[in-house]
Amino acid sequence: MGMYSEEINNISNKSRETLFEFAEVDDRQAEETAYSNYSYWRSTWKSFLKNRIAVFLLVGVLIIVTFTILQPYLPAQKSPTEIYLDEQTGLQARNIAPSAEYWFGTNSIGQDLWSRIWAGTRTSLFIGCVVALVEAIVGITIGTLWGFSRKLELPITQLYNVVDNIPTTIVLILMSYILRPSISTIIIAMCITGWVEMARFIRNQIVILRDREYNLASKCLGTPDYRIILKNLLPYLISVIMLRMSLAIPFAIGSEVFLTYIGLGLPISEPSLGNLINEGRVLMMSPELRYQLIFPSIVLSIITIAFYIIGNSFADAADPKNHV
Amino acid sequence: MMGSIQDKDLKVVSIDEGDTEIEQSGSPLVFLKKEDEVMLGYIGKRLLQSVLTLFIIITIVFSLLRLMPEEGYLGAAADKMSPAQQEIYLTNLGLRDPLLVQLGNFYTNLFQGDLGKSVTYRTDVPVVTIIADKIMYSLLFGLGAVALSLIVGVPLGILMAQMKGRWLDRLGTGYIVIVVAVPAAVYYLVIQMYITEILHLPMLFDEYQPITWILPLTSMALAPTASYAMWMRRYMVDELNKDYIKLAKAKGVKERTLMFKHVLRNAFIPMAQYLPATILFTITGSIYIESLYSIPGMGGLLVDAIQRQDNTIVQGLVLVFSSLGIIGLILGDIAMALVDPRIKLGKGESVR
Repeated sequence: MGMYSEEINNISNKSRETLFEFAEVDDRQAEETAYSNYSYWRSTWKSFLKNRIAVFLLVGVLIIVTFTILQPYLPAQKSPTEIYLDEQTGLQARNIAPSAEYWFGTNSIGQDLWSRIWAGTRTSLFIGCVVALVEAIVGITIGTLWGFSRKLELPITQLYNVVDNIPTTIVLILMSYILRPSISTIIIAMCITGWVEMARFIRNQIVILRDREYNLASKCLGTPDYRIILKNLLPYLISVIMLRMSLAIPFAIGSEVFLTYIGLGLPISEPSLGNLINEGRVLMMSPELRYQLIFPSIVLSIITIAFYIIGNSFADAADPKNHV
Repeated sequence: MMGSIQDKDLKVVSIDEGDTEIEQSGSPLVFLKKEDEVMLGYIGKRLLQSVLTLFIIITIVFSLLRLMPEEGYLGAAADKMSPAQQEIYLTNLGLRDPLLVQLGNFYTNLFQGDLGKSVTYRTDVPVVTIIADKIMYSLLFGLGAVALSLIVGVPLGILMAQMKGRWLDRLGTGYIVIVVAVPAAVYYLVIQMYITEILHLPMLFDEYQPITWILPLTSMALAPTASYAMWMRRYMVDELNKDYIKLAKAKGVKERTLMFKHVLRNAFIPMAQYLPATILFTITGSIYIESLYSIPGMGGLLVDAIQRQDNTIVQGLVLVFSSLGIIGLILGDIAMALVDPRIKLGKGESVR
């Protein structure tokens, strides 16, 4: 006899009257189990909120963006392009260290660095956002066609090889020759060359997904191609697309810095973070003037790091596997 | 280059062509010979296509260069020349010929192995000499940086994965975020500004003083180290959850054997595809590093040549760089197929 024999012998002790009654059917409760109030974007938002650092940075970025927009309208702000004169000597107020009058000091020709930094941030953020948006739209469209269509595969591959190998510098110099250096020139130039990376990324993802069983099944059921792309493939890629898009902003800001560095950026009259860093770099050798490099660098780093972290945690949150 | 490695760990990668697919090979030993033939044919086809691509690229770049403003060719001397002199100068450069004639001349010379002579950069010096003078600096620094970043980055990624969530992981993640997000110009400048000051190192590169090689090399290795570490960490975290690893652990395989024989070998597959291109592309040099430390490498040459409108140098460089890029892709696909027997090159079946 086993260890449970006593329990088995006395099993009737556990039975109760209620166990033998009919359960009543409750329509309302039955309905509740069948219905789930799962919403993709709400769950994404909820799991995003769990990441404290990312939420903190998001708030920070929002404050910075609002501030860059509002800053010119605040009282007691100086103009970012005006050259200020020293009241006593009447000369240009050159290289004044940070003080109550000039919060971040002045640059080598007497412009106020504080307002230049905010004007530069505004320019750089604007360039970053526009480029990221255009890259995403063009890149996703071409990438999807490239990965999915048999007919377009070869021509787009050929186009990719060509565009990818033409030096950006040539395009930029020609563009600035035709259009004069300006914000729109730099945006167009960055978009012309920038979409290829995104397109290739999307294409590689589509190639991996297109032959999965669920797509084969859809195909057999006669689903039209555009529906397979829109309903089967792209939703699968939302989190990686989000990641790419949010990273495109810091990268666009970085490439603006690079273009200015090699002398193809915006004209000096147009303050941007790239311009400011480049101006600061020239003065690097004299330690007491290094604030002109350090302030823009810090602002730039805060913005790019914030976008990077927000993008990463948003991509994590957008992955339904992390929603449970 | 940065950030690219994370989207590169795909088993199915066919950047250049659409017809690389994964297939489960039934019995590779029996059909080895036939597969080799398929592979050779595939490589031949890819090479032929590459020649066509190169031709298109060169032609486009050549034509674009002819759109440049003509004053650019004269440079500072423009004011001193009379219009007639300017005309003679431009005609001597061959710029007055019709575009097709210019293209024809260029290709005839190219097939005789002649890339032409520099016009404004170093007048009348053959392009090949200019490139040859500079290439070794970029190549050596680049290879050094690739080696350094592999040696540091891969173990860092492995350690981070093993200590997931602890201080080393956090420290490493912080490093990766900073290096990837902040534009390179900023931290290169900070490194050059403060580290030379703290360690009392010379600021500029000097060929005969090996101590000045360290900073440029480390700066160059920072970004690739971060991307190798990031990618390795993610790969390890994903891989360690897989069934075959759990089984191997359960049956008592040693941690070290597990790492080297299973995880690392699998992790090497996507890397095999990108290493050839990465190594070849070290030749292009780094514009930032080379200008900051004044290393006489290839980094700024292209930009410089374009700005001075030295067409022959630009054409030569575009030819070299784009052939490197295309060869890198082909070598990468071949290397990947060699490392991973599941990947076959050539026509595959697919839905669509």
